[in-house]
Amino acid sequence: MSESRLRVSDSDGVTLVEFVDRNILDEANIQAINEEITSEIEKSDTPKLLISFSNVDHLSSAALGALITINNKIKEKSGELHLANIDPQIYEVFMITRLNKLFNIHDTTDDARGAFAS
Amino acid sequence: MTMSEANTHIEGAHAIDLAHDREAINAFIERLLDEAEGAGFGSSAVFAIRLAIEEAITNAFEHGHDGLDESLTVRVEHKVTPDVLEIAVEDQGPGFRPESLPDPTLLENLSKPSGRGVMLMKAYMSEVLFNDKGNRVRMRYLNSGN
Repeated sequence: MSESRLRVSDSDGVTLVEFVDRNILDEANIQAINEEITSEIEKSDTPKLLISFSNVDHLSSAALGALITINNKIKEKSGELHLANIDPQIYEVFMITRLNKLFNIHDTTDDARGAFAS
Repeated sequence: MTMSEANTHIEGAHAIDLAHDREAINAFIERLLDEAEGAGFGSSAVFAIRLAIEEAITNAFEHGHDGLDESLTVRVEHKVTPDVLEIAVEDQGPGFRPESLPDPTLLENLSKPSGRGVMLMKAYMSEVLFNDKGNRVRMRYLNSGN
């Protein structure tokens, strides 16, 4: 098994996912991240996931696609996905693609934690 | 040379044939961005150019060469001056019709995981032009100093 590209921690029923890499661009890396997060989603009946982008400088449309796939899987299980700490340049990518309408995006992980339903 | 090839031609460009090898692709992109910074392109420009070239190269290998020999290379041409960065990416596949791509920002398409690469290239670059065959794209970024 290859080295994890994520840091995962659990607190108060919320799984926090952070990225090791500053650039989330290439297919192989994104596929590995997708599989790792999917396995986290599968562990819970109603997954509550908080993804922090605090270390991330760049992401590609393939990374957005992986996030959408993750969001769809979480919705299928009636779970919740929140995103936080998105750099302004990357937030602009969410705005251009209008994915800021699809995702729940917060300034900080604390703000995001407060937004989970109970 | 046909008219459409002339339209996406870059006069005096440097050309490289990239294999589907992530390290080689990363090394090329870093060299290109260093060159852009050296020519006076700022951080917004470098962010835009990195995103666009990443999307174009990914499209070439993942979609352009879909179902074809994995060893096929993608040709990348570039030219950087203080005023404009030009880059062309050409795959060896059958091409596609960019005008047939669905609008990924429509509500019914928002939760589809793919189909955003070309729109991001168009959003971030000053000009994006495909050849008629649809296997080559030329992009320009006009330097505004940002």
